[in-house]
Amino acid sequence: MLAFIARRGLLALLILFLAVSLLFAMIHMIPGDPANVILGPKASPELKAEISQRMGLDQPLLVQLGRFYTDLAQGNLGVDVFSDRPVFDIVFEQLPYTLVLVLAAIGGATLLGVPLGCFSAIRRNSLLDRLTAVLSVAFIAIPSFVVALYLLLWLAVKWRWFPAMGAGEDGDFMDQAHHLVLPAIALGLGWVGYIARLVRASMLEVMEENHIRTARAFGLSERTIIVHYALRIAVLPTVTILGMGIGTMLSGALFAEIIFSRPGIGKLLHEAVITRNYPVVMGSVLVTTAFFVLSTLVSDIINALLDPRLREDGGSS
Amino acid sequence: MSPQPALIAQTFAALRKDPLGIAGFIIVVLVLLASLFAPMLAPSDPLEIDVYNRLADPSWEHWLGTDQLGRDVLSRVLHGGQIAMKVALVTISVSLAIGLLLGMFAGFGPKWLDRILVICFDTMRSFPTIMFALAVVALIGPSLNTVMGVIIITSIPAYARIVRTQTLALRENDFILAEQAMGASIPRILRSHILPNIAAPLLILASMDVPAVVGMEAGLSFLGLGVSPPTPSWGSILNDGYSYLRNSPWPIIAGGLPLILVTLGFTFFGESLRDILDPKLRGKGGAD
Repeated sequence: MLAFIARRGLLALLILFLAVSLLFAMIHMIPGDPANVILGPKASPELKAEISQRMGLDQPLLVQLGRFYTDLAQGNLGVDVFSDRPVFDIVFEQLPYTLVLVLAAIGGATLLGVPLGCFSAIRRNSLLDRLTAVLSVAFIAIPSFVVALYLLLWLAVKWRWFPAMGAGEDGDFMDQAHHLVLPAIALGLGWVGYIARLVRASMLEVMEENHIRTARAFGLSERTIIVHYALRIAVLPTVTILGMGIGTMLSGALFAEIIFSRPGIGKLLHEAVITRNYPVVMGSVLVTTAFFVLSTLVSDIINALLDPRLREDGGSS
Repeated sequence: MSPQPALIAQTFAALRKDPLGIAGFIIVVLVLLASLFAPMLAPSDPLEIDVYNRLADPSWEHWLGTDQLGRDVLSRVLHGGQIAMKVALVTISVSLAIGLLLGMFAGFGPKWLDRILVICFDTMRSFPTIMFALAVVALIGPSLNTVMGVIIITSIPAYARIVRTQTLALRENDFILAEQAMGASIPRILRSHILPNIAAPLLILASMDVPAVVGMEAGLSFLGLGVSPPTPSWGSILNDGYSYLRNSPWPIIAGGLPLILVTLGFTFFGESLRDILDPKLRGKGGAD
C-alpha cells in the first residue's frame, strides 16, 4: 500500500511539474512582448522596460525558468503588476470564499442525492425512481451557468427571495448563508443527480449480497438492514467521487462567482484575464490545478484503500 | 467500415421503445434542422439594429423580443445554433481523430511510448478545463478559433484514454494474435480489427460529448472570451441578457432555452443509444 501511495504521489508531482512548465511555456509563446500586451501600444518605452524588468522578462529564458521554479518552491507566486502585492496573498485571500461555496454545494448535493438514490434503489421502477432517473440525467447535462442565470433571474431579481450580489456582510453568518444559497444550488444541482445515480447503482448491487440475505433471514427489519447494513457500504463509492468533485467544482465555481458577483478564485481569474494581469492568471490557475491534482490523488488513494485490486496497476482506465 | 442497414433498423426498433430516447432524437433533429436552415427560418437579420425597439417584450413581430440594440432575439438564437453546431462538429471530429490515433499508438505501441503518452494525457486532464481555457484566452486573445482549439486540446485525452483501454483489451485476443502470427502489419491490424471494434463506443461517447462542448463554447462566449460581437452565439446572447437583466428577462430566457434543449436532447438520445448498442458503458461519463 505504501508503495502504491508513493508511486501515485510521485506521478502527481510529475504531472503537476509538467502542468506548471506548460503554463510557463504558454506565457512565452504569446506573440509579441508580454509587457507590450499588458500596457497596450501607447505605453512609453520606459514604462515597458520597467514592467519587463519587474516580471523578469529581460532575463534569458532558462534563467527565467530556473527563477520561476525556485520562487515556486518557496511559495512565491510572483507580484501583481498593478497593485504590487504578492500574488500568493491575493489568491489565498480569495480561496476561502470559493472553498466555502464548493463545500456548501457538495454538502447539499450529498444530503439530497444519497437519500434520493437510496429510495430509488429500494422502490425500484416506482414513479420516484423513474422521475429521479430522468431528472438526474437532465441536471447533469444542463450547463451550470444557465442554471445560475435562471436562478438569478427568478429567485433573486423577480421574486427577491435571495440576494443577487456579493457574499454577505463579514461576520454576519445568516447573511452569508443567505448569499450562499443560489450559487451553491447552481453549482451543486448537477451533482445531486450524479450522486443519486451512483448510490442507486451500488445500493442495488449491495442488496443482492449474501450478508444482506443473511440479515433478512435473521428477521431484522427492512429499515435496519437498509440503514445499518446496505447504505453504509453503498455510499463508499460516492465518498471517493466527492474528492474528485471538490477539484472539479473549484473551477466550476467560476461561473457562479461571476454571475452572483461573489468574491472567489474564479472571479479573480476572470478579472485578471480581462486586465491581462499575467502573474495573477498564472497564480490562480496554478493553485486550482494543484488542488485538482491533490484531490484526484486523495480519491485515488481512498479508492485503493477500499478496493485492493486497484493497487496492482497504476490505476489505468 | 460501412454501417450495416440491419443494425440501424434494429437500433431504431429498440429506440422506439424508449420514449426519452425518441424525445432526444426529435430534439436533436429539430436543432440540427433549425441551425442548418437558420438564414431561411430567421424572421430578420440577426445583426440589424433598431434603436427605437430596444429590449422589447415578445410580440408578433419579434417572437422572443429584442435585445439592448433592438436586434431580433429569435433570429439571433437561430443563427447562434449554427455557431454551436459548427463548434460541436469541428471540435468533436478533430479531437476524436487525434484521440483515436494517439490512443491506438499508446495501446498497441511499445510500453515506453504508452507510459509517455499516458503521462501527457494525465497532465492535460490535470488542468481544470475552464481555468485552462481562460488562461489560453488571456494569452492568445478571444476568438472562436481559440475556443475551438482549447476544446480540442482538452477533449483529446478523454478519447485517447478510452481508445487505449479498449485497444489494450483487444490486443491480447486470439484473433489479433493469429493475425500477427500470419504476418499482418500493425497499421492493417489497427485499421481492420481494432478500429471496427472500438467505433461504436467511441461514437456514443462523441454524441454524449456534444452538450459539454456546446456548453463550453457558450460559457466562454458568455464570459466575453468566445465569439467576437456582433456575431450571435447562445453564450453572447446570455451575456447581453445578463447586462440588461433588470430591464428585460427575455434575452436570458431565450438564450438559455436552446442550451437546455440541446443538452437534454443529445444526452437522452446518447444514453438511449448507449443502452441499446453498448450496455457495458453504463455509468461512464459523469458530471463535470
